[in-house]
Amino acid sequence: MYDAGKIVPGLVLFLAVVTFPFWLNVANGTSSAAPKLELPKGYTRCVEATPVMRATHMELLNRWRDLAVRHANRVFTNSNGQRYVRSLTGTCLGCHRDKKQFCDRCHGYMGVTPYCWNCHVAPKGGAQ
Amino acid sequence: MRAVQALTVVLLLIAIAWGGAALIPAVFAVAVPYLALAVFLLGITLHILAWARVPVPFKIPSVCGQQRSLPWIRQQRLESPFTSWQVAGRMALEILLFRSLFRNTRSVLTPKQRLVYQPDKVLWLGALAFHWSLLVIVLRHLRFFLQPIPRSIQLLSALDGVFQLLVPTLLITDVLILGALLYLLGRRLFNPLVRYVSLPADFFPLLLILGIAITGILMRYVDKVDLTAVKELALSLTVFHPTVPHGLSPLFFIHLFLVSSLIAYIPFSKLMHVGGVFLSPTRNLPNNNRARRHINPWNHPVPVHTYAEWEEEFHDKLKAAGIPMEGDD
Repeated sequence: MYDAGKIVPGLVLFLAVVTFPFWLNVANGTSSAAPKLELPKGYTRCVEATPVMRATHMELLNRWRDLAVRHANRVFTNSNGQRYVRSLTGTCLGCHRDKKQFCDRCHGYMGVTPYCWNCHVAPKGGAQ
Repeated sequence: MRAVQALTVVLLLIAIAWGGAALIPAVFAVAVPYLALAVFLLGITLHILAWARVPVPFKIPSVCGQQRSLPWIRQQRLESPFTSWQVAGRMALEILLFRSLFRNTRSVLTPKQRLVYQPDKVLWLGALAFHWSLLVIVLRHLRFFLQPIPRSIQLLSALDGVFQLLVPTLLITDVLILGALLYLLGRRLFNPLVRYVSLPADFFPLLLILGIAITGILMRYVDKVDLTAVKELALSLTVFHPTVPHGLSPLFFIHLFLVSSLIAYIPFSKLMHVGGVFLSPTRNLPNNNRARRHINPWNHPVPVHTYAEWEEEFHDKLKAAGIPMEGDD
């Protein structure tokens, strides 16, 4: 083999960089468990069904923001015909009182940084 | 036709992932990614080691600049490197910014039937957009493999979505890689010169990566994937305790299978340029032929019989015949 002094260290470096999530997670004993959410007590359903909320809550909130702020349209009727006020702090956070126990769990886990809190004040949390 | 062959293979892979994941999800979520990664790592290692066994008989840097000469002639250090550091600089320029592709020209016939060469930077720009987007996308995906997610990866994702358009945020690299891939594909399909030299092996990686990008974007905007389930799977694979969570969609399995196919395909294809660029003798050797001798490692010991030895052997006979000799007197 020629130039082994350069090629072998380069190859080892490459293999180390490509596989580093493996040895880092094994060394840190990283748990692969998904985050557990603290759900509001006494409710079984959000404004829409859970799978819908899980997949499209960001789109719903974005739509709510546009309709409420730009068109002053604050009444939301869900697929079951129930009515809610289009309000993050009033409706959403009325039940999900603690952002840290709900929003931040998944967002932190997935590295998502929604810009809700650029304008909204995050609630202090805890049951009132 | 050759593009259709490549497209058929990609569609076949999609069908395999779709059907297979419904029947045996554990195989497609665990066994296939592990196998693909093993093939990738082993394949690249063996390929590089095979290349390392090939000798470089001559020092053959192909340079496009003034070499080191008299002190009052300015050397172009990055174009015609003399020292190892200058070589490193030239390599970095090639690997990070595709210096040689920047010289790309195209031949054009003028209306008066004269052949002229014009600079053609579009290919360079397309290649640059594609490769850098791919790198950023791969780095962004580290959020699935690391817990907690490093600040640098979060910052990169934030920069990628800096325009804050759409929800979920439109990522610049998603747009760039789609545009670049469509350009690179269109070039092979619609430029007759390039189409003539394009093989199925040229279309296949483009279509495969296009499939990966499209399924990824679909999972973000259309058939939304359960991200926590994906991360659960990814983390469990990295700690070698694979668990297949519920909620993984067919689209995710197609994406994963196409990625697995791509990384397993790399060591056996033109995609090995990822390693080959480092081992190109025309780029990684300094242009110092006149200062330092390059010994050909391939030289076998050749039994030679020099003239001096020959003269020595027949010394007496030559002398007796009165033939003038070099070594005598």
